Amino acid sequence: MSEGSIEARVQRSLYAARRWHPAEIMFWLLAVAAFFLLPRQLLILNEIAILGLFAVSLDLILGYAGIVSLGHAAFFGFGAYAAGLFAKHASADPLAGLAVGMGAAGLLGLLTSPLILRGSDLTRLMVTLGVALILGELANSLGWLTGGADGLQGIMMGSVLGLFEFDIFGKVAYLYSLAVLFVLFVLARRIVGSPFGLSLRAIRDNPLRASASGVPLHWRLVAVYTLAAAYAGAAGALLAQTTQFVSLDVLAFHRSADLMLVLIIGGAGYLYGGLIGAVAFKLLQDVIASFTPQYWMFWIGLFLVLFVLGGRELIHGGIKAVVGRVARLGRRSPT
Amino acid sequence: MSVALQTFDLCKSFGGITATDHVDFTLAKGARHALIGPNGAGKTTFVNLLTGVLRPSSGRVELKGEDITAVSREARVGRGLARTFQINQLFGTMTPVEMIALVTSERLGRGRQLLRALDRDAELVAETAEILARFRLDDIMDERIATLPYGKQRQIEIAAAFAAKPSVLLLDEPAAGVPEAERRELMAMVAGLPEDVSVLLIEHDMDLVFRFATRITVLVNGHVLAEGDPDEVARDPAVRAAYLGEHAHG
Ligand SMILES: Nc1ncnc2c1ncn2[C@@H]1O[C@H](COP(=O)(O)OP(=O)(O)O)[C@@H](O)[C@H]1O
Ligand SMILES: [Mg+2]
Repeated sequence: MSEGSIEARVQRSLYAARRWHPAEIMFWLLAVAAFFLLPRQLLILNEIAILGLFAVSLDLILGYAGIVSLGHAAFFGFGAYAAGLFAKHASADPLAGLAVGMGAAGLLGLLTSPLILRGSDLTRLMVTLGVALILGELANSLGWLTGGADGLQGIMMGSVLGLFEFDIFGKVAYLYSLAVLFVLFVLARRIVGSPFGLSLRAIRDNPLRASASGVPLHWRLVAVYTLAAAYAGAAGALLAQTTQFVSLDVLAFHRSADLMLVLIIGGAGYLYGGLIGAVAFKLLQDVIASFTPQYWMFWIGLFLVLFVLGGRELIHGGIKAVVGRVARLGRRSPT
Repeated sequence: MSVALQTFDLCKSFGGITATDHVDFTLAKGARHALIGPNGAGKTTFVNLLTGVLRPSSGRVELKGEDITAVSREARVGRGLARTFQINQLFGTMTPVEMIALVTSERLGRGRQLLRALDRDAELVAETAEILARFRLDDIMDERIATLPYGKQRQIEIAAAFAAKPSVLLLDEPAAGVPEAERRELMAMVAGLPEDVSVLLIEHDMDLVFRFATRITVLVNGHVLAEGDPDEVARDPAVRAAYLGEHAHG
């Protein structure tokens, strides 16, 4: 075999990893189709899009760089408050607010990134959890700024691009969130397929070999942590803007824990896992809550235990089974 | 003699154990140098000190005359110092293409590019292909590394180190655990490395050592027991007593 043909094969292999597969295009077409097919579910679709973006953010650090976090809500909440406060006091323009939410959360990510550079998974879990708890307590006690336990009220959003007014059905909300999700997703997809993205996978797979291959671990982790924080901030900003409200709940522990669950359900390390997980999680939550509202946490807890104990093959089979059952339940339920 | 890598009074202790004991060592430019010694002699520790995986307790490491004792691991790679590991350290979820592309991309300084597509980088593609061809990895280049046979993984260890285009290459028991038949091919690859690359080989198989090396250092209990050309070392009574006794050569 000649040199040239190996080169061509190398190029093809590297290209294959970033090629758009038909299933991906289908996925996004379905997301748009949902707007027309489920006109009464737009508010929950909006929530799914936001949760999906939030999960993509966690996937960037967990799935690609191997950084575990139990406090990712810190960035979500920070972005939400930043965007909410910006809308209230500076400008009602959604895109400007989105940029502010991303910038604020990204800055927080940059500043807290030294905390996750060293140490085991356990220390990372504790440190990220700690940062989120501190922020939650701060938001609670700075009532004059955040509204405290009453939440940040009186946010009036302007129209998107000066053209599309937010409506009570969530039409503009869903399309706006979906558009932001899509743009940021495509960007993330591009980044994970870049030399930088490859170096993240190297760090996740084997930090010792990564450094022996010339990868500066610390700087790459700082970069991806900052990026992921900005993504989480975007998700938080979308929530603040589309619901025109920010409560302390955006920083709550359960939000970080749910996010882990979303990624466990969907699978980490291929970006779509966050989106699929978000759809599955919201459906699951909706279905379980509709027939047994007070035991929702019990079922989700049981689900989590079985999921994690079940191992990989079972998880995959499990997703299919659950998706199938959810679909059947959905058809039977009155709503 | 031009010097590639040198240590001065290098020491490392782990609690009570002295793993590296006042080692003054010189690797000549273009050397085919072997480091031998019984298990636990401190060979791997020495490589870890040279590459910055471990910080020395005292002493100094120089690469091409520059003090690199305080230089980070990745910056040492950038300066031309690469290694393989005694126990495989690979990117298990990657394919050989991806792993070699990663090392090449870092060497070409591409690691900070967030938006460039790997396959659009002609230089990266060409150099990755060259390494895969040189180490005969092209037939398995799209398989997941974790699923490959052990012998192939050892080959990737060497290829990945070589992809950094080092001027000094440290090979820590590259053929360890490889079946006899594949050992030969692996050592042929080592022997076929470009002459301008200075190679330090750690190896237990004395036949391989004596065939490969023009210079041998014997390490025992962390200190240099003997050094010289293969004949000198083979004749050294202290070496015979301490080490070669068990593996008598020739
Ligand atoms: N990280 C470590 N912590 C404590 N002791 C170590 C460590 N690494 C190596 N040692 C000890 O240092 C000595 C030399 O080990 P090593 O360098 O692996 O020897 P070799 O590679 O020659 O077999 C051994 O006694 C080993 O137990
Ligand atoms: Mg060893």
